[in-house]
Amino acid sequence: MLEVHRLTKSFGALRASDGIDFDVREGEMHAVIGPNGAGKTTFIGQLAGELRPDAGRIVFGGEDITALSAPRRARKGLARSFQITSVYPEFTAHENVMLAVQARSGHSFRFWRDARREPTLREPARRLLEEVGLGARADVVAANMAHGEHRQLEVAMALALEPRLLLLDEPMAGMGAEESQRMIAFLGTLKGRYSIVLVEHDMDAVFRLADRISVLVYGRVIATGAPLAIRANAEVRAAYLGEAS
Amino acid sequence: MTRGALFWVVVALMLAALPPIASAFGQPFYIDLVRRMMILAIAATSLNLILGYGGMVSFGHAAYLGLGAYSVGILAFYGITSGWAQWPVAIGASALAALAIGAVSIRTSGIYFIMITLAFTQMLYYLGISLEVFGGDDGMRLRSRSQFSGLIDLGNAVRFYYLCLALMLLTIYVTYRIVNSRFGMVIRAAKSNEARSRAIGFSPYRYRLTAFVIAGAICGLAGALYANHTNYITPGLASWVQSGDLMFMVILGGMASTAGPMIGAFALLIAEEILKGWTEHWQVILGPLLVLSVIFFKRGLAGIFERPHA
Amino acid sequence: MTGALVFEQLLNGLQYGVMLFLMAAGLTLVLGIMNLVNLAHGSLYMIGAYLAVATTQATGSYVAGVAVGFAGTLVVGMAMELVALRPLYGRDHLDQVLVTFGLILFFNELIAIIWGRGSLYTSLPAWLQGHVELFTGSRYPVYRLVVLMVGLAVAVVLWYVVTRTRLGMLIRAGAANRTMVGALGVNIRLLYTVVFGFGAALAGLAGLMAGPIYAVQPGMGELILIQVFVVIVIGGIGSIRGALVGAIIVGVVDTLGRAFLRPVLATVISPTAADAAGPALASMLIYLLMAVVLALKPAGLFQSR
Repeated sequence: MLEVHRLTKSFGALRASDGIDFDVREGEMHAVIGPNGAGKTTFIGQLAGELRPDAGRIVFGGEDITALSAPRRARKGLARSFQITSVYPEFTAHENVMLAVQARSGHSFRFWRDARREPTLREPARRLLEEVGLGARADVVAANMAHGEHRQLEVAMALALEPRLLLLDEPMAGMGAEESQRMIAFLGTLKGRYSIVLVEHDMDAVFRLADRISVLVYGRVIATGAPLAIRANAEVRAAYLGEAS
Repeated sequence: MTRGALFWVVVALMLAALPPIASAFGQPFYIDLVRRMMILAIAATSLNLILGYGGMVSFGHAAYLGLGAYSVGILAFYGITSGWAQWPVAIGASALAALAIGAVSIRTSGIYFIMITLAFTQMLYYLGISLEVFGGDDGMRLRSRSQFSGLIDLGNAVRFYYLCLALMLLTIYVTYRIVNSRFGMVIRAAKSNEARSRAIGFSPYRYRLTAFVIAGAICGLAGALYANHTNYITPGLASWVQSGDLMFMVILGGMASTAGPMIGAFALLIAEEILKGWTEHWQVILGPLLVLSVIFFKRGLAGIFERPHA
Repeated sequence: MTGALVFEQLLNGLQYGVMLFLMAAGLTLVLGIMNLVNLAHGSLYMIGAYLAVATTQATGSYVAGVAVGFAGTLVVGMAMELVALRPLYGRDHLDQVLVTFGLILFFNELIAIIWGRGSLYTSLPAWLQGHVELFTGSRYPVYRLVVLMVGLAVAVVLWYVVTRTRLGMLIRAGAANRTMVGALGVNIRLLYTVVFGFGAALAGLAGLMAGPIYAVQPGMGELILIQVFVVIVIGGIGSIRGALVGAIIVGVVDTLGRAFLRPVLATVISPTAADAAGPALASMLIYLLMAVVLALKPAGLFQSR
């Protein structure tokens, strides 16, 4: 589904991505972990299309998308959630997801019909909100929602794009224990239905959900493999020595 | 009837009642005054589309007012007095200019966008000044009002007033529909959170450019009306002072609201009239008033009448 | 169109360019470091001109005029920052635009109240009048040469301050990353006030030098301010180097365009057409230039970030 070849990006003297090779098979959940400063956010940024790599290729569904802009990638089925919540604060949760549904459904050069009332936008959005567990909060203005609900909303908007690949950037960031368990259960329901790149610090979630794990340290992938193999890998343990997980 | 609809019915009735009342009291001046307010309300409504809803701080919107007015004036100068020809040209020329200016400007954002739209407006203003044949700095008199095959005589103050009222209400309604349509939602989403909009697959540029052109076209219509209203066209109509006035109308009335631009236009022009009555140096009072209103009065006057849109 | 004439106009263009630079340097720093759109920068230019002219007329001393113009603008600038602009830091650009727009209306009208709407007559002292003979054989006004020299001197001083002093380092750092500088414990408020004062003083200098060459009237600030914006857009926000390069380019292109576009056009199209098209095109020239630069480099020629 996704192949990354020798992805390289530097910020001045800092090599944030150092020749990264990475791939995601169809239907697989491939987690990316690494200490802070490893370059995970830069990596996701390049996959999503917000950052241009200095070198390397990104192939999505057989197509080279390295030169494509972020909106075009999204339209091709590459959806992302943001690490730092990025929703539409003044719109309700329902309207937030409706916008994602609208983005999916072709062009938006329609000037007369009231988009807020369109069933083709309202219904799918409502179903998605139910699926992530925000059904009861559909009409709450996003700015008034709790942090955990924002994370759910992010995922709902990503799903609204009917993606082939999900880029989930720390979906559980800042969540409490109970919320995290619910999110882990929910992510479990996504497994197999979508190809997923999951960036996370929550090791519990990563080892329970991931089919494969890649470990990113100083911009390089030092290990890739099944969770058990990664757990046993000496280099990985060394990288995380002193890191609480 | 909803509260919103009721508001508009009342507004329409009040404005419709003005000419007979003014005539009855022997004060035809107010017909002219309110007509001017309505024409500028149309211009302000068009700016609200890109500024209030779109978040595009265009400091050059008055350019289209000038273009619309000059289209009518120049065509009349060369003997083409039919409104059926003039007004589409006014709208079309403004739309084309907006397309050209927008294509370059909308690639930028923030401070650059403000300065660039300002610069392009001034360019048109200087162009207007340099065309001596059309009066240059002094401007020119309108040879004849736009003719509409006898359907309506714009020389008749009251009939022209009702035309402007109808056009103002129509413009406000059309803008309302646009803003709540799929297109409008993209514009508002791009203003609310551009990164998020790109992440779900919207390319803001094409939508913003389209909105920019629509706004320019509507403002061109206002320009054509303005030329017929004042019977005299000056380059000052396209100046940045005029642009600033339009922006103030939008802010004062309340950005991203349906009635805001109209309320703002009326409020600003009424304030001007009152101040003019006190002193010829009214700008020395208006300036600080505007400053204070921005610093303290964020939600605008329309907040009294309606909840602001998301 | 002789070589001497071209050279003379080139000098005019350079002289106009340095004046644009004086305005642009202050404004680009304020924009880059304080993220503040200050439309009233043109008003400072106007105030500098008026204070200088009024003082010279009242005291008969040119030097007194210069001193009061310079110092007075500095004071007014500081007051402006304190009263009207402090509440605007951190607010969005729209608010800043509107507030400073209101300030323009206020100052223009205030000047008109005190000195009327007509142009003020400005006179030069004997030692600044007259002409010098250029190597091309033509005569060039002494005063314009002095303005050019002063402008270049300021550019050199600015270059020195910005690249060689600690203050300059703070300014460059602030232009590149404002929040970081604040986080490093630098007194941001003080830095802002100093930067703004810098800009105001330079604008006042430009204004008081402009008196004898350009018309001194209400609204004179806005006429030049638009071109200053073009300079900054071309040069890049926050970059003094960009301001200098942009200013020279704009000054020279505009001056040469106004002087020679009509004659040049008249060689390819009819003289009457050139008479109409020439001035029109000349007035549009720098904006077209700006559009071209933007198409190639959307953030200006020299980016500070």
